[in-house]
Amino acid sequence: MEILMTIVAGTLFTSGVYLILSKTLLRIIMGLSLFTHGVHIMLMSINGLKRGAAPLLEEQAASYTDPVPQALILTSIVISFSLTAFSLVLAYRTYKEHGTDDVERLRGQDHE
Amino acid sequence: MNNIVVLPLFIPLILGVSLFFIRKHIRLQQWIAALAALATLAASLMLMGQISSEGIQVLHMGGWEAPYGIPLVADMLAAILVAVASIVTFACLLFAFHFIGEERKNYYVYPLMLILLCGVNGSFLTGDIFNLFVFFEVMLLSSYVLLSLGGGRVQLRETVKYIVINIVASSLFVIAIAYLYSITGTLNLAHIAERVAENGQNGLTTTVSLLLLTVFGLKAGLFLFFWLPGSYSAPSAPIAALFAALLTKVGVYVIIRMFTLIFNHQPQITHTIILWLAALTMILGAIGAIAYWRIKQILAYNVVVSVGFILFGVGVATDASLAGSVFYLVHDMIAKALIFILGGAVVFVAGTDRLREISGLIRYRPILGWLFFLSALALAGVPPLSGFIGKFLILQGGVQAEHYIMAAISLLTSLMVLYSVIKIFINSFWGESLLSEGEQKSSARGTLLPGFLLAALVVGLGLGADIFMPYVDQAVEPLVNPRIYIDAVLS
Amino acid sequence: MKFPDVILQTAAKILVFIIMIYSIYILFAGHNNPGGGFIGGLITASAIMLLYLAFDVETVGEIIPLDFKIIGAVGVMLALLTGFGAVLFGVPFLTQVYQYVNLPLLGKTGLGTAFVFDLGVYLAVVGTTVTIIRSISEDL
Repeated sequence: MEILMTIVAGTLFTSGVYLILSKTLLRIIMGLSLFTHGVHIMLMSINGLKRGAAPLLEEQAASYTDPVPQALILTSIVISFSLTAFSLVLAYRTYKEHGTDDVERLRGQDHE
Repeated sequence: MNNIVVLPLFIPLILGVSLFFIRKHIRLQQWIAALAALATLAASLMLMGQISSEGIQVLHMGGWEAPYGIPLVADMLAAILVAVASIVTFACLLFAFHFIGEERKNYYVYPLMLILLCGVNGSFLTGDIFNLFVFFEVMLLSSYVLLSLGGGRVQLRETVKYIVINIVASSLFVIAIAYLYSITGTLNLAHIAERVAENGQNGLTTTVSLLLLTVFGLKAGLFLFFWLPGSYSAPSAPIAALFAALLTKVGVYVIIRMFTLIFNHQPQITHTIILWLAALTMILGAIGAIAYWRIKQILAYNVVVSVGFILFGVGVATDASLAGSVFYLVHDMIAKALIFILGGAVVFVAGTDRLREISGLIRYRPILGWLFFLSALALAGVPPLSGFIGKFLILQGGVQAEHYIMAAISLLTSLMVLYSVIKIFINSFWGESLLSEGEQKSSARGTLLPGFLLAALVVGLGLGADIFMPYVDQAVEPLVNPRIYIDAVLS
Repeated sequence: MKFPDVILQTAAKILVFIIMIYSIYILFAGHNNPGGGFIGGLITASAIMLLYLAFDVETVGEIIPLDFKIIGAVGVMLALLTGFGAVLFGVPFLTQVYQYVNLPLLGKTGLGTAFVFDLGVYLAVVGTTVTIIRSISEDL
């Protein structure tokens, strides 16, 4: 199972990087969120997957699974959720302001 | 247990959020924001007093003891940096009151600046590596919004770049945390340090440390600073000053913390790499600073140079050089805020940041001119200003440890830094005045108060170094001997 | 975007209440079972989202005349102040108290200060999520 998860994480990383390197803002944001999901899957499987009880006292406390990676993933998902939301709004505003979502054409002369 | 440790995060966050309720009352918002920065400063000064008498202060949040819960750990280094961050935020707020246009004041500028301060203070104080990531994100999220506020074309474009880079870096940070967790089985910094010390720092751990170095190199602008000049020159001047003073310095602080507390067992690999990266950063940053002819770009490249300089001291890792790094870090936060505020004022008065189109400002803005000159000297490390002592200590440590080439590089880049800021001074303040009648009257008075405040600090830190030095020495103790930090947290 | 969809509107009127009740259940269950403020807030936000899909922005604005930014801020304040309450009693920040109380109708009930914190999280999540989606959709 871990091998499968590793392959999934690797696939997510690859497609994320591919999309980040493309030219459209929306694709870049998609790529970023795929990339972070790859990270989450990796975080989940890095200490080995395990089926066990919920990490609560009383209920089969001996066979519980490690709750820390899950807590980390939850926090990280929340953060990436807000980041994705913000970058979507930002991409939309950029598109309105510049009239294009092509990153190549965003390079103006008004800066350099 | 000491609840004062949480105040530097709590005060700016709760007062910052309370500003959401009074969106329309800009005056009141300004008062509360300034009050919040001062209250944070007071809390951190109190913390410094306690640390100097009783040692490292730890707060186990929620009553969960380390290593199970998340502790906040205030050693002297963190407390000093929190105090300086509050001072800098206060100065930037004062500057922002006069400087930020009406259209942005309505869009939560002050709450965001306070939440940024909360994230910065949290990163300084936390004793848990994942909590560090969370506070980093708090800081970065508010910086994204501050960077894009106003929504000019350049700003939006730079924000897109900045966000992409930071999301990738944060993801790498989480990957590094995952590896570190699977190696050591804990997230508490002190506990990780103990485990790594017990089991020895093997190849895998060193690799993870280099991944962390990459992450914080991206955030601090250590060698991987290609994004920095663009992002730091896009926002309006008060925001840029806040970024220059705080954001990269948090990355630098984390590098110091990681490589003195946890990954200090294989300095021949990690610290050598830090040294080389620091050298490259200084050289490339200095080249950038002298090559450009735009004020904002020159100042942004100066941020890069100083990051390299501080990490030179960290790479050498002797008592003297670390003390120098800490001192220079404090100096640099204040001096960078000062020069960005003054540079912003120059750009505002002149209406452009192209040096070739500005001249003769000294006739109409003499105080601004001399303040700028003073801060330029401070930046280059001319005695008796505060930059000198930090530079002297770092160089002393470097020469003692026989890093002669590095010492030569840092001296050379100091000269280049001096040239780059004096170039701004000469070109914009000397010569024929080109200002029109209206521009001569446009006031830069708002800059003078924060300018004087920070300039007084720069001079005071230089002249009163004897008073300040015991605190720096106490800050260096846990850096040289990580056992102190570990025992304070885990006992 | 004005296209009255009768099926969607009729279904939404019923579904919104079911989703809301479920979200409140999730919020209360969160202390010792899977659930809690964050997902409870997301479920409530999805109910409000359904209203936005079925009706238009103005109608929903009349149904729920609240500024969601303020709701988010209230939530954050609530969560922070609960944490700070512990400081007033001289225990570490964020310490929680949990106690069983006999309430008139409910019988033996567990009351914890962690719930107030969770309620803050809930409000913060509802506030931010709806604000985000509104700020994207208002422009279209």
